[in-house]
Amino acid sequence: MRKVVKLKVNGVEDEKAVKPGTTLAEFLRYELGLTGTKIGCDQGACGACTVLIDGKAIKSCSVLALQANGKEVVTIEGLAEEGKLHPLQEAWLDHGAYQCGFCTSGMILTAKALLDENPDPSEEEIKEGIRGNLCRCTGYVKIIEAIRSVAERRKAGQKEGH
Amino acid sequence: MKRDFEYLVPETVEEACRLLSQWGEDAKVIAGGQSLLLFLKQGLISPGCLIDLKTSVSKELGYITADDQMLRIGALVTHREVENSSLVKKEMPILVEMEREVADVQIRNWGTIGGNLCQADPAGDPAPVLIALKAILKIKGPERERTVSIEDFFVDLYETVLHFDEVLTEIQVPKLPPRSGVAYQRLSFMRGERPTICTAVSVTLEPTDLVCSDVRIGIGAVGLTPFRAKRAEGGVKGNEINEALIKEVADIAAEEVEPSEDIHVSKEYKREMVKVLVRRAFQNALERAVRG
Repeated sequence: MRKVVKLKVNGVEDEKAVKPGTTLAEFLRYELGLTGTKIGCDQGACGACTVLIDGKAIKSCSVLALQANGKEVVTIEGLAEEGKLHPLQEAWLDHGAYQCGFCTSGMILTAKALLDENPDPSEEEIKEGIRGNLCRCTGYVKIIEAIRSVAERRKAGQKEGH
Repeated sequence: MKRDFEYLVPETVEEACRLLSQWGEDAKVIAGGQSLLLFLKQGLISPGCLIDLKTSVSKELGYITADDQMLRIGALVTHREVENSSLVKKEMPILVEMEREVADVQIRNWGTIGGNLCQADPAGDPAPVLIALKAILKIKGPERERTVSIEDFFVDLYETVLHFDEVLTEIQVPKLPPRSGVAYQRLSFMRGERPTICTAVSVTLEPTDLVCSDVRIGIGAVGLTPFRAKRAEGGVKGNEINEALIKEVADIAAEEVEPSEDIHVSKEYKREMVKVLVRRAFQNALERAVRG
């Protein structure tokens, strides 16, 4: 019993028939081949599968593909523009926040949603914001610094603009 | 995990009830599904049909409104919407405080407050706070509508009074009288983890002194269902609240709960922690009531 799911992923309309029990994470990886989205715990705990649905961070292992029907999804593959990395991706490189890389996609997308909502978060607010994303290399310091640096750079950029 | 089942997306609550009557016990309702998918993955449920309320019915049950009497929250409002609502912040800030403790941002972005209650996980954050707030739940079935006070909603572990063809539609939170205070305390191993114990206390004082005119105590994560500590509340009304009284109340609450062991803590530990957290929540609620 397959049902058609139609959604926009990274700006591209896609339509596929899936078994209703397919999670969005599975849909992205196995139907669309977007393997940047990682499945860690598959229980909604680790946050590695985080993607944006209509701009909001959600855990794609805990949402059925059918529930994303008609929505706009952004995965890690959708952040770079014309071959240029997103500032958060640049900051991850600059700060060595990648480490093993498994939490990175989810962590960066969570950070993007956080900064979109709160462009100048305190360290405390960043910690709250990423509390649903686990890094088992235990390298949160570099991750927090990377997110802060993007906020700082944007602030500086805005001041120059005035 | 069962992957093959019927998947239906009703447009209205009425249509949802009709589908539920048709499918009977073989259907399950999915709202945000943040708990339901875990149950599905672990094989704890294997429905013949999922009835998705989030996709379309959330338009009907996605409201937050307030009048002189109460705050009304549609059952499909997400945790994050409660948390970020300026109306909730103004009318019932304790709900904002509580929501910030629920899981993490991602889960709060998708999970709904009504879904949380219907899942009837004894360790949910909203239930004890809503018990302290005397919340009333509006339920709609194919034939009629009814209301149930939140403390009567939970029947057993993951079980509520909802009939198979009924849907929770609204959470009603009555406004608090002047000189009321509400506080929530929880203990967990890590921020964002399910609470090991959580307690909420709401206190209303007489106009001019520290005499209690009303009190309500909700306790979560202790037994099979969220719990109202009625015996502990019993001796408070009409008495002046002081440290000795608060200690007594906390002791009675610890006696009357029926803790179940879990993989982390013993029953004895839970009782001790009920004592500590009821005391802290009560003191905190009292401070807030005095401040007005």
